[in-house]
Amino acid sequence: MLARRIIPCLDCDMGVPGGRVVKGIEFQQIRYAGVPWELAGQYYEDGADEIVFLDITASHERRETMTSVIKKTSRSVFVPLAVGGGINSVEQAREVFNAGADKITVNTSALKRPELISEISDRYGNQAVVLAIDAKRRYTLEEGRHIVQTEQGACWFECSFYGGRQFTGIDAIAWASRAVSLGAGEILLTSMDRDGTYDGFDIPLTNAVAKRVNVPVIASGGCASPDHMLEVFKKTDASAALAASIFHFGEWNIRNVKTYLKERGVNVRI
Amino acid sequence: MTIAIVDYGMGNLFSIYNALDYVGGSPKIISEPDELAGVGGIVVPGVGAFGQCMDRLCRFEGALSSARECGTPIFAICIGLQVLFEESEESPAARGLGWIRGRVVKLPSSVMIPQMGWNSLSIKRPVEMLQGIEDGDMFYFVHSYYGQPEDKSRIVATTEHGVDVTAAIARDNLFATQFHPEKSGAKGLRILENFVRAIRC
Repeated sequence: MLARRIIPCLDCDMGVPGGRVVKGIEFQQIRYAGVPWELAGQYYEDGADEIVFLDITASHERRETMTSVIKKTSRSVFVPLAVGGGINSVEQAREVFNAGADKITVNTSALKRPELISEISDRYGNQAVVLAIDAKRRYTLEEGRHIVQTEQGACWFECSFYGGRQFTGIDAIAWASRAVSLGAGEILLTSMDRDGTYDGFDIPLTNAVAKRVNVPVIASGGCASPDHMLEVFKKTDASAALAASIFHFGEWNIRNVKTYLKERGVNVRI
Repeated sequence: MTIAIVDYGMGNLFSIYNALDYVGGSPKIISEPDELAGVGGIVVPGVGAFGQCMDRLCRFEGALSSARECGTPIFAICIGLQVLFEESEESPAARGLGWIRGRVVKLPSSVMIPQMGWNSLSIKRPVEMLQGIEDGDMFYFVHSYYGQPEDKSRIVATTEHGVDVTAAIARDNLFATQFHPEKSGAKGLRILENFVRAIRC
């Protein structure tokens, strides 16, 4: 049986020489957390099942910094590496794969041009394309939306792009489903309501998407404790849980979290 | 001794290169069949679909067969394992290398396809390539099809994903894994280290 995966995420500012891992709170307020390839090495040693790098600056000239970070990391880190941020063509995806990435994640560029998903998956396979969705609860109900019941009331979920700075009017659940039919092999699902809040994952959102698609869903946003991971694995079919701050600032390490989960009946790789 | 990584034009070989380098091997990416002569070991990496892989690999077929007859240790990974079989449901028109009698079939529709993630091994037969690996150790899989050898004793390890899935096979100097040892952390590196050691012997 497949293990539930624990994935640390490195949000990177590639405008700084060598790159820096940063962390925003509710998509704002940046704090510096370390050098990307050093942190990746630490997480690998601690038992990370996979590592995600997101270039939050994502301008063209900074992609070179990202590829050099991936090259450096892949020399001594032997778990899958996923890379995202500003990739908007097969050519750019190729540069990142050639640096040693196993998967690329797309978000804004795929919302603007959905065919990008097919273009990359046709060349590299579905397993190499992760669709990242930043979803925000909307309690004003509209016709044709996927309505989800939550403790705060019924809502639908709207996709955001440009790192949470703009909204698209697109229904996140419908988009997840469409992206999978275009060739996305995995969904990285971030709750904008929970990101940086330390309130735990958005369970109704994760559940709604995991039930809708037949590819792995990575739950993201709001994780502050192993209990939050336990909750998302017990209450949803999420294949993986992604977290950043909980690991960056030394509150918990990955090994402790996995032991905690295993003791409570979650199938994880120790 | 040099370990040749066969580059048949399907992309990213850095992971396996880096992993072999990390465990003390001397990997070299080769893209011409005559470069296989005299190497210490051969890695057949796997990416893409069965038919596409065979199309590009067929020009290496003679050189690989000679190496196999000479007893050169050969390690095939993922699709590399699948092309050792005679045929695959993925590409019915294509013929595999046929070194292992049997065929490659699709995973059952009751489970998530592709199988993507970490799954545990059930070891069927102890072999040197699995030294240091125990029942239950987890490895990273990404695949939609799996091999079914006619002679079940070729299977040295399985994993469970809806059905018992062939995870590793061995025959003489040939060893192959459906999982990616180069992406499977310390346990995967251990298997690659066993391979490097087999070459030195």
